[in-house]
Amino acid sequence: MKDRKTLTFLLMDAPFENARTTTALRLIDIAARRGYDINVFAYEGAVCLPFAGQKQHANAVHGHDVMQEDHPLPREWVEAVVQEAARNGGRVDWVNCGLCVDERGAFDSVAGVRRGSPADFWKMATSSHNTLVIATK
Amino acid sequence: MPGYLMIESRDPFDSGDFAAYLALAEGLAKAGHKVTLFLVQNGVLPARHGARSGTLAALAANGVEVLADSFSLSERGISPNRLVPGIKAAPLDVAVDRLADGCKALWH
Repeated sequence: MKDRKTLTFLLMDAPFENARTTTALRLIDIAARRGYDINVFAYEGAVCLPFAGQKQHANAVHGHDVMQEDHPLPREWVEAVVQEAARNGGRVDWVNCGLCVDERGAFDSVAGVRRGSPADFWKMATSSHNTLVIATK
Repeated sequence: MPGYLMIESRDPFDSGDFAAYLALAEGLAKAGHKVTLFLVQNGVLPARHGARSGTLAALAANGVEVLADSFSLSERGISPNRLVPGIKAAPLDVAVDRLADGCKALWH
């Protein structure tokens, strides 16, 4: 195994639903800033995290237009960690479970995301220094 | 021996598994393993003085390193100066340190 650290994360939560997504992306961001190689296997609803069709919206209740609301989008977080890792000499290999993508019609992802299967997760885990599975409840 | 990183994201009033998870941490520590219990999200709520904080204090007294995510504390308005004895505020970087060190990692 090479010297540079490789960490694998398995995510299951759909976007906009749970604080686990924020914490998971915070962990990945820290690893990206260190220049680690990072594997992410997105399973079930998590395949929608990098969905390119996510859009900001206004908030009429608060009287905010789109710009004022500045609603955070997980696809931008995914793009940010991919870019951050590359800036620091690492990389993010983000694999979306293909069957989960098909079920949800979430075919259009941001750059840096590829399609795979749970077999990819097994390969990632066995070639990493460590693996963290962040499951849904 | 790298030990164990046990991440707790749930609060004890939301999850009956909380006590079982802490019992697992205690058992691993008693078996001689180095254990870090890292509280995140609502998992930091019992780090302040309250009805369910005693178990965490006892864990810390029995050799489990109990850390509370600084960001999660800040989000909930909990001052790191008002945590129960034995629990320390820490950045999430510590969890990544443990992962990089090869600790066996569990998320709850």
